[in-house]
Amino acid sequence: MYAFQYHKAKSLNEAGDILGKDEEARPLSGGMTLIPTLKQRLAQPTQLVDIAGLAELAGVENKNGVLTIGAATRHADVAASKVVQQAIPALACLAAGIGDPQVRNRGTLGGSVANNDPAADYPSAVLALNAKVITNRREIAADDYFQGMFTTALEPGELIVRIAFPLPKAAAYCKFPHPASGYAMAGVFIADTAQGVRVAVTGAGASGVFRWAEAEKALAKGISAAAIEKLTLAADDCNEDIHGTREYRAQLVKVMATRAAAALSGKKLHGQDHIEG
Amino acid sequence: MAKITLKVNGEQHSAEVEDRTLLANFLRDELKLTGTHVGCDTSQCGACTVHVDGRAVKSCTMLVAQAEGCEVVTIEGLAKNGRLHPAQAAFTECHALQCGFCTPGMIMTTAALIKDHPQPTDEQIVYGLEGNLCRCTGYLNIVKAVKRAAELQGK
Repeated sequence: MYAFQYHKAKSLNEAGDILGKDEEARPLSGGMTLIPTLKQRLAQPTQLVDIAGLAELAGVENKNGVLTIGAATRHADVAASKVVQQAIPALACLAAGIGDPQVRNRGTLGGSVANNDPAADYPSAVLALNAKVITNRREIAADDYFQGMFTTALEPGELIVRIAFPLPKAAAYCKFPHPASGYAMAGVFIADTAQGVRVAVTGAGASGVFRWAEAEKALAKGISAAAIEKLTLAADDCNEDIHGTREYRAQLVKVMATRAAAALSGKKLHGQDHIEG
Repeated sequence: MAKITLKVNGEQHSAEVEDRTLLANFLRDELKLTGTHVGCDTSQCGACTVHVDGRAVKSCTMLVAQAEGCEVVTIEGLAKNGRLHPAQAAFTECHALQCGFCTPGMIMTTAALIKDHPQPTDEQIVYGLEGNLCRCTGYLNIVKAVKRAAELQGK
């Protein structure tokens, strides 16, 4: 690691100030992506501003049909939260399947969503559930927030404070994890929301998390595995790397979407138990 | 430089460290607690697992500054009054190792796992050990040892 200054923020305002003034400073939450990145010398920030302990970023609340989770809430705490399990079970299930236990004990919701790794799990939930990303400056709709791989609407000095998930009628998440890293080779989150059925795909997109419009249209008439089975996702929209080709990922997305749709329509397909972890 | 104070295996420590110091390096180089192993450079292997405020974490992926005010337990702090922790006893009894390099991390993860799941199923064990790699055993005896550790804990 290159040298940097570590600063434990005393308040959200202070953290925002430091990060706003110093473009090379980075916020540090759980550090599950940032610290490995620093260890590989892939980044050289001047300072790390630790925001994980800020009271403003804590808490889980289900009120008036909206589940609000503080940005510093760790994956293990989202997974174990009775409030989350009751409000949006698919979200608790997603959190329980991120990385490994040690990662879940440190990594945070806000960190994952701010980083917007194209294979991270949370972005698909935020997008499919039509959540609002609430920062220290404004509220950002999920559709405006994600802007491509590792790219978001966040500006320098802007920090995620909490994320507000409107409760869906039903939701399900299925992913095919990479066997070594646990990252999604393809992950599909389907949510039956007040604005209709929304289908968000992670791990497979050529430019990060995206909504699969054809699947949303097909499921609008009723959620079933059969509705997805008729579709084909264009391989051109998928990414390709040493772990899989575009065509392979396009097929995986379809299989994961089929399983999520089956789960929502009350049918369990083969492999479902494993995927839900 | 960062001034830090934390508790390790019940003992209070204060030190001045470079801001970028990882918890694993602090434990090994400053406190000479070399039971915590560093097996990779990519945060994948889990050999460096310790408990921070009761939770299993990878000490190679946490700055010691982030552990300010925390309570850390390493493999050296697991035995109490000369009595092995159930996880340690079970790994010995089941011969859940070959080279032994991953064992400290495996045991720290197991200790946390059987606290959360006093009677773990095979599936919970495999799922719970996802963050720990063993390149020798094929995991069979490790899974047996976790089950045995849970039994011993219940006694």
